[in-house]
Amino acid sequence: MTQDIIQRSATNCLTQPPQVRDFQQKVAKLIDTTICIGCKACQVACSEWNDYRPEVGHNVGVYDNPADLGPKAWTVMRYNEVVENGKLQWLIRKDGCMHCEDPGCLKACPVPGAVVKHANGIVSFVSELCTGCGYCIAGCPFDVPRQNPVDKRVYKCTLCVDRVAVGQEPACAKTCPTNAIMFGSKEDMKVRADERIGELRSRGFANAGLYDPQGVGGTHVMYVLHHADRPELYSGLPKDPTISPMVRFWKGAFKPLAAVGFIAMFAAAALHYIGVGPVAEDDEEEKNHD
Amino acid sequence: MTNHWVDIKNANLVIVMGGNPAEAHPVGFRWAVDAKIHNNAKILVVDPRFTRSAAVADEHVPLRSGTDITFLLGVVNYLISNDKIQHEYVLNYTNASFLVRDDFEFNDGLFSGYDAQKRTYDKTSWAYQLDEQGFARRDPSLSHPRCVWNLLREHASRYTPDVVENICGTPQDRFKVACEMIAETAAPDKTMTSMYALGWTEHTVGAQNIRTMAIIQLLLGNIGMPGGGINALRGHTNVQGITDLGIMATALPGYLTLPSEKQHPDLQTFLSTVTPKPLVQGQVNYWGNYPKFFISLLKSFYGDKATPENDFGFDWLPKWDRLNDFMYTMSAMEDGKLNGCICQGVNVLAMFPDSNKSTRALSKLKYFVVIDPLDCETASFWENHGEHNDVDTASIQTEVFRLPSSCFAEEEGSLVNSGRWLQWHWKGADVPGEGRDDGENIAGIMMAVRHLYENEGGKAVEPLLNMSWDYVDPEAPSAEVVTKEMNGRALADLMDANGNIVVRKGQQLSGFGQLRDDGTTACGCWIYSGSWTEAGNQMARRDNADPSGLGNTPNWAWAWPLNRRVLYNRASMDPMGNPWDPKRKLLWWNGTAWTGYDVPDFTAAPPGSAVTPFIMQSDGVGGLFAQGKMAEGPFPEHYEPMETPIGTNPLHPGVVSNPVVRIMKNDDNFGDPSQYPYVATSYRLTEHFHALTKAAKLNAITQPEAFAEISETLAQKVGVKAGDTIRISSSRGFIKVKAVVTKRVQMLKVNGQEVETVGLPIHWGFKGETVRGYMVNRLTTAVGDANTQTPEYKAFLVNVEKA
Amino acid sequence: MQINRRQFFKVCSGGMAGTTLAALGFAPGTALAQARQFKLLRAREIRNTCPYCSVGCGLLMYSKNNGSGNAKDTIFHIEGDPDHPISRGALCPKGAGLLDFVQSKDRLRYPEVREPGTNKWKRISWDEALSRIARHIKDDRDANFIERNAEGVTVNRLPTLSLMASTSITNEVGFLTQKLSRALGLVHVDCIARV
Repeated sequence: MTQDIIQRSATNCLTQPPQVRDFQQKVAKLIDTTICIGCKACQVACSEWNDYRPEVGHNVGVYDNPADLGPKAWTVMRYNEVVENGKLQWLIRKDGCMHCEDPGCLKACPVPGAVVKHANGIVSFVSELCTGCGYCIAGCPFDVPRQNPVDKRVYKCTLCVDRVAVGQEPACAKTCPTNAIMFGSKEDMKVRADERIGELRSRGFANAGLYDPQGVGGTHVMYVLHHADRPELYSGLPKDPTISPMVRFWKGAFKPLAAVGFIAMFAAAALHYIGVGPVAEDDEEEKNHD
Repeated sequence: MTNHWVDIKNANLVIVMGGNPAEAHPVGFRWAVDAKIHNNAKILVVDPRFTRSAAVADEHVPLRSGTDITFLLGVVNYLISNDKIQHEYVLNYTNASFLVRDDFEFNDGLFSGYDAQKRTYDKTSWAYQLDEQGFARRDPSLSHPRCVWNLLREHASRYTPDVVENICGTPQDRFKVACEMIAETAAPDKTMTSMYALGWTEHTVGAQNIRTMAIIQLLLGNIGMPGGGINALRGHTNVQGITDLGIMATALPGYLTLPSEKQHPDLQTFLSTVTPKPLVQGQVNYWGNYPKFFISLLKSFYGDKATPENDFGFDWLPKWDRLNDFMYTMSAMEDGKLNGCICQGVNVLAMFPDSNKSTRALSKLKYFVVIDPLDCETASFWENHGEHNDVDTASIQTEVFRLPSSCFAEEEGSLVNSGRWLQWHWKGADVPGEGRDDGENIAGIMMAVRHLYENEGGKAVEPLLNMSWDYVDPEAPSAEVVTKEMNGRALADLMDANGNIVVRKGQQLSGFGQLRDDGTTACGCWIYSGSWTEAGNQMARRDNADPSGLGNTPNWAWAWPLNRRVLYNRASMDPMGNPWDPKRKLLWWNGTAWTGYDVPDFTAAPPGSAVTPFIMQSDGVGGLFAQGKMAEGPFPEHYEPMETPIGTNPLHPGVVSNPVVRIMKNDDNFGDPSQYPYVATSYRLTEHFHALTKAAKLNAITQPEAFAEISETLAQKVGVKAGDTIRISSSRGFIKVKAVVTKRVQMLKVNGQEVETVGLPIHWGFKGETVRGYMVNRLTTAVGDANTQTPEYKAFLVNVEKA
Repeated sequence: MQINRRQFFKVCSGGMAGTTLAALGFAPGTALAQARQFKLLRAREIRNTCPYCSVGCGLLMYSKNNGSGNAKDTIFHIEGDPDHPISRGALCPKGAGLLDFVQSKDRLRYPEVREPGTNKWKRISWDEALSRIARHIKDDRDANFIERNAEGVTVNRLPTLSLMASTSITNEVGFLTQKLSRALGLVHVDCIARV
């Protein structure tokens, strides 16, 4: 496993990771929202496999429970009622880490090796090394990582790297009752997505398409959407996600310097982000929940 | 299910009505999605709510809860008026051509023979005209005015799109969409599968809801076809098995009946009453074998004690006086007529109607024995939990025992799924603490009572001590021995007609065809015969090969009867034995025998014979006209729920609700729409299983707290927003829950008024890991279907206020 | 979190497993730093059927047992059986959460009685529980059993005791329940198939 890591956070690019074992397939999870029944089996299987249990919450007038991603809720279902041409559509999306090809969290992380990317595309948080600075949260264009108030470390979906390492699919993909979550090589998943999109278009969803945003180099978790032209209908899935320019700037131009001043400046921004949150997206969510 | 889960993938249209499989049977629903993806099928959901099934359907069509018969008879009317009928099927395989007696009538909501005093029918006129030999008269030209076809056409003609819209609240354009989708499957090579569950059964007209769909499926030629059928999605893991085993007031294993004191004073009278005679010459009339099934059951029950001289122990069976179903029992309990109750894993308080009544009833018991793996509300009905269970503990004099039992993981045995598959499972761990498994709990009570009788004597010792219980460890009978007992064995060498030994004494039977009525075979449940043969445990088979590609996997587990996967499969072929759809060949005639990918549901009669496919029926055909088999009529008719929001029946104001519903005096507490204007309907969510999963933290997390779903218009009317607490009341009680305000519930225009639906998920109570709350059944009415006594949980009246 | 060698062996639930893994290059430090250890190594796999709805999905249950003979099996993970022709490894949220049903804090662990009028459960032995229950049933049965009705027909029924049967019990337990009911003469018998 260690030799499959191709990218480590805050690691000088002069220290190249071992790269001889290059016959590694890129993997991907394909989530077909058009046959997702929003049953939450994936949430439960994730929690069961990864041995975490969040607190039992409350009903706040919607189906979404837990209400949001959390250090003990690595994937949640988000529900949206949308009326299109007089017909009600219940758009349900499984939210969680997208495992970006160009991961903002990894770029932002100041601790060497606390965020790693495997050759197969899985982005892992190495909790032992996490210092809880929260930069990865600011670096994520999808607002996914969450800090645990008890140990102060940040957690997210691992794409069940422990299962994938022994040739099994992630717990969520295995359990999915309608096969809405598929897992395999990224190439295969794109072919499957094409088949699904063709079928959806034949049923009148002219804008059906694949969500594999190029702003982050593509993702290893992709969606088939009825309305690929408007991903924001699905609880604010960003249309053109990109890594925050601040992260890019820091990592791109000044990474070798690792200047203390920049970290401090960035930390201030990140803390603001953590405290206040991604304002625009939150608004969107509020609206949908009402 | 006539078919089975995987077979749903063969459908061209999946109609989801009276069920919500994406939520209640999500993994079964994968095959509906599979049909959509791989068979270009469509999914049509007809439901008062836009459910998670509707979320992935092609069309969702709304209707008011409790008006399914109107909708479906509207479909029947559409099919007949537009000639969307599988004619050859209807003519040959249904009773369309049979002539009905001249004194059969339907007027103003009532069929002939109604007795208003007794609220029951004399069904004499609901029958065929018979010829001199006692066989039914027929008119294959379908022109005779008294033939079933013409009576059905006339009966359904009243259900026009206007009437459907007026009663169901379904806009006519939406109704037309549904009709057109359904009608497409009248083509011989197109099928529709019907997936229904308690959304149909939990009405006072529940069985007739299903009857109406059965009529549609017969008209379309969809029964017996791969991808067709009437598919009851059973609720609990072994609902099918426990029903098969007849653990009901008047039943015995294998759909045999427990004798009644009025009709069956002795064995000969019993057998002559219950064994049907063929109504059409030459038909199979398989129930003609009733005596073989019944005597073999008595031999299984009473072993060597059962002899021809003592009528095989017939008198040791209790005889029933009336239908003591659970709703009657709870009323009798409330009246103080019962002393004790053994409650095996049943959460009475959470699951039975009118929980306040349940509490009153249980409080009258002297002793109450609860066998359960979990700390549940029912065993603790006497505990005061504030507003959620406000009882006066000290005044409750019931002695309550609580015996810890196993859950699935700690036992082995067989369970029957909805598709009639008997699947064996294995034990993974011991019962926690001092707990004992379910079988030990039952055996423990049996042996403890027997010891007292053996030591002290007492009343009616014979029925108690003669019941066979010769297990190696009578306190803990092994699953293997009991299941072999149900399969049946030979008690003597069995010979065929030529005197050759077919089965040796002591051997396991290979199927119910070997049963005898002379006491030489014992069989605990005739339909399970073949499940554990001399070849071993057929239920444990694990070969998932699917040679036909139709998903039948004949060597995975074992299906009753005789490992048959699709019932009535002879009807998948035309009378000459050619499959209706060459692409979905299940069976065919190979020149000398019926062969194919399933066990033929038929005799050896060759193609073109007069023998028709429905071999369990005395007339051999599918019943568009049910004769005397239903309580409220041989044709379905729209009756309003007992609590109706419109207070009338627009078709016949003189007969508003089902005229033969049983109303017990304790339950005559119906609410009036002026006080309780909204239609409530209760149901399950995907995340929970009844009142069970609230004990599992993982599930508690996903839906932590009780709520009700209401429309935006109702929310506005009562002045609440999402997340507010609302008080919902009926004439039986009230609950307080959170409000989920949603577009998925819509106001409907019915009979000139606006009708709102209140959706009530049922998963919370005063125990478990979830937020403590009220049980929804505090609101429901203890009145049920006239045939099955299934409570009307899907349509009753409530009021909604801001709490 | 650092893990010492001893704890690591515990996680792998067997000394041999630990040694083998270490030999394969997954020494404690590295293995845990990169990916969580695959938790089903050396577990016992048992096949079962989901106890909730009637789809009848196949289950794989995983238990830990070090084989020493004095340790009880504990189920620590449940997932779908990929060989099952209906479920193909899938489980809905109810089935996926079964571990928390098996291990629920609400599981009953010993027989108890609530004496009339009191407000608590009292732990009792099986002997006491079964003999007290049997005494109630016998007294009731001897007092209220009807052998013949008014017309003189043998009816052999006990109208004062009811039995409510579960629909999650196995067929085998169901058959025993049917036999117990009719041997006692019960006619107030029903199951929860319809609710």
